[in-house]
Amino acid sequence: MSKKILSWPYVLWMTGFILIPLALIVYYGLTDKSGAFTLANVIAITTAEHSKALWLSLALSFGSTVICLLLAYPLAMILRNRGVGQNSFIVFIFILPMWMNFLLRTLAWQTLLEKNGVINAILSMLHLPTQSLINTSGAIILGMVYNFLPFMVLPIYNVLCKIDDDTINAARDLGANFWQTLLWVWIPLSVPGVISGITMVFVPALTTFVISSLLGGSKILLIGNVIEQEFTKGSNWHLGSGLSLVLMVFILISMAIVAKYDKNGEGSGF
Amino acid sequence: MTRLKRSIRRIWQDFYLAIIMIFLYAPIATMIVLSFNSSKSRNQWGGFTWSWYTQMFASRNIMDALHNTLLIAFLSALIATLIGTAASIAINSMKQVPKTILMGITNIPMLNADIVTGISLMLAFLAFGISLGFRTVLIAHITFNIPYVILSVMPKLKQTSRSTYEAAMDLGAGPVYAFFKVVFPDILPGVLSGFLLAFTMSLDDFIITHFTRGAGINTLSTLIYSEVRRGIKPSMYALSSVIFVVVLALLLISNFAPKKKHS
Repeated sequence: MSKKILSWPYVLWMTGFILIPLALIVYYGLTDKSGAFTLANVIAITTAEHSKALWLSLALSFGSTVICLLLAYPLAMILRNRGVGQNSFIVFIFILPMWMNFLLRTLAWQTLLEKNGVINAILSMLHLPTQSLINTSGAIILGMVYNFLPFMVLPIYNVLCKIDDDTINAARDLGANFWQTLLWVWIPLSVPGVISGITMVFVPALTTFVISSLLGGSKILLIGNVIEQEFTKGSNWHLGSGLSLVLMVFILISMAIVAKYDKNGEGSGF
Repeated sequence: MTRLKRSIRRIWQDFYLAIIMIFLYAPIATMIVLSFNSSKSRNQWGGFTWSWYTQMFASRNIMDALHNTLLIAFLSALIATLIGTAASIAINSMKQVPKTILMGITNIPMLNADIVTGISLMLAFLAFGISLGFRTVLIAHITFNIPYVILSVMPKLKQTSRSTYEAAMDLGAGPVYAFFKVVFPDILPGVLSGFLLAFTMSLDDFIITHFTRGAGINTLSTLIYSEVRRGIKPSMYALSSVIFVVVLALLLISNFAPKKKHS
């Protein structure tokens, strides 16, 4: 009984600073300035400007999630097959960028891609025509892949490490070639990690405003930028909350998918 | 599989690892190189210089932001460790249902998008008349740090056996004395790595700080963001390089130190 007292500060803190604030978003999202109930802030997502931003966000984050998955899966397999321990240095090297300040990572790419940036300098040194790389959708996808790749590698690597070597060898002994083993053994056993990786890339990519504002310039607006501007430029909290509610629907869907496939938290990155 | 085939596969794998490694580290390396470039332009090497570093350390803005960042990281990690460790002990002894509910709440800030956590806290602070500033950033950081502490401490708590604790009680120790003598040494590595993790997450945060900081106060992240939008100055590269090295050192310590002790 006495131990329960120890959880009180935690319960109070999380109620005050997690649950109540989330409830406030719902409240602001569903009311207008006079406090009356309205769905207008949520329906505002269907206006041309907002729905364009949402679709662009969905498309770019989907694209970068797919690229991350295609890059991360072979990487995780190689790392796992090297039989290096989970705490080894080589694994650490590939996970490390996950903990780096992502503002710095994005800044680094801005330096590389800019009109007078490093890549164009190298191109002109080789007497090749310079490219306009920054302020394009491609630059944003690149930034997303770069920023979130480790979030895909870690959970996949974690589940792959739990696959017993004997399982793989059994498939081999029964005559399966590499691709058959991949399709019928590796992939089915790694579903929890893949799903958790997908959401760990998709959710931050969908909601980012930093990558798009640093690499996409002012012309490309993602839904994150729209929401950020509603709050920081001080224009309309109700609208910003309403749009956040729409965003939260996508987050909830991905959480539900994770909960369905990853019951034991096997793919969890932490 | 023949030996030749195996070694070809090995070469391909090394090649792939190398490509990804270059992809991950080349941009950061470029930034570090540019921080020593005496030419202000990004496409010319004008010679080696420390001047961006001296300029950085002389800048009042940057030093104020550094001070805020470190103070907030330390305080938020400390408070989060206290609250989180206490909560872990309580949660660990709870029944299934309240345990699931509390762990569910713990997961909210980790799974939710940072932008939503950020604006929800900002709304709450303003709705309850708390003006944005150092205090609100500190509260926000404690909030997102607590889950990291709990997730570091819980696995260690699960490994401790109840019977040693009960044995200590049978031998006449009070619950508090028994806890600090028997349980606490076992979970200490988890508490320490939770603290370091929280410290690192706080140092690293941008989005939540961006929404809860108000106008008067900057951390390094928010300073970099506002500076970069006005055009990158080389002192920002110097600052970035310093942050990179510090975070690298912290991560090396938190990843390798506690585990070494344990094995």
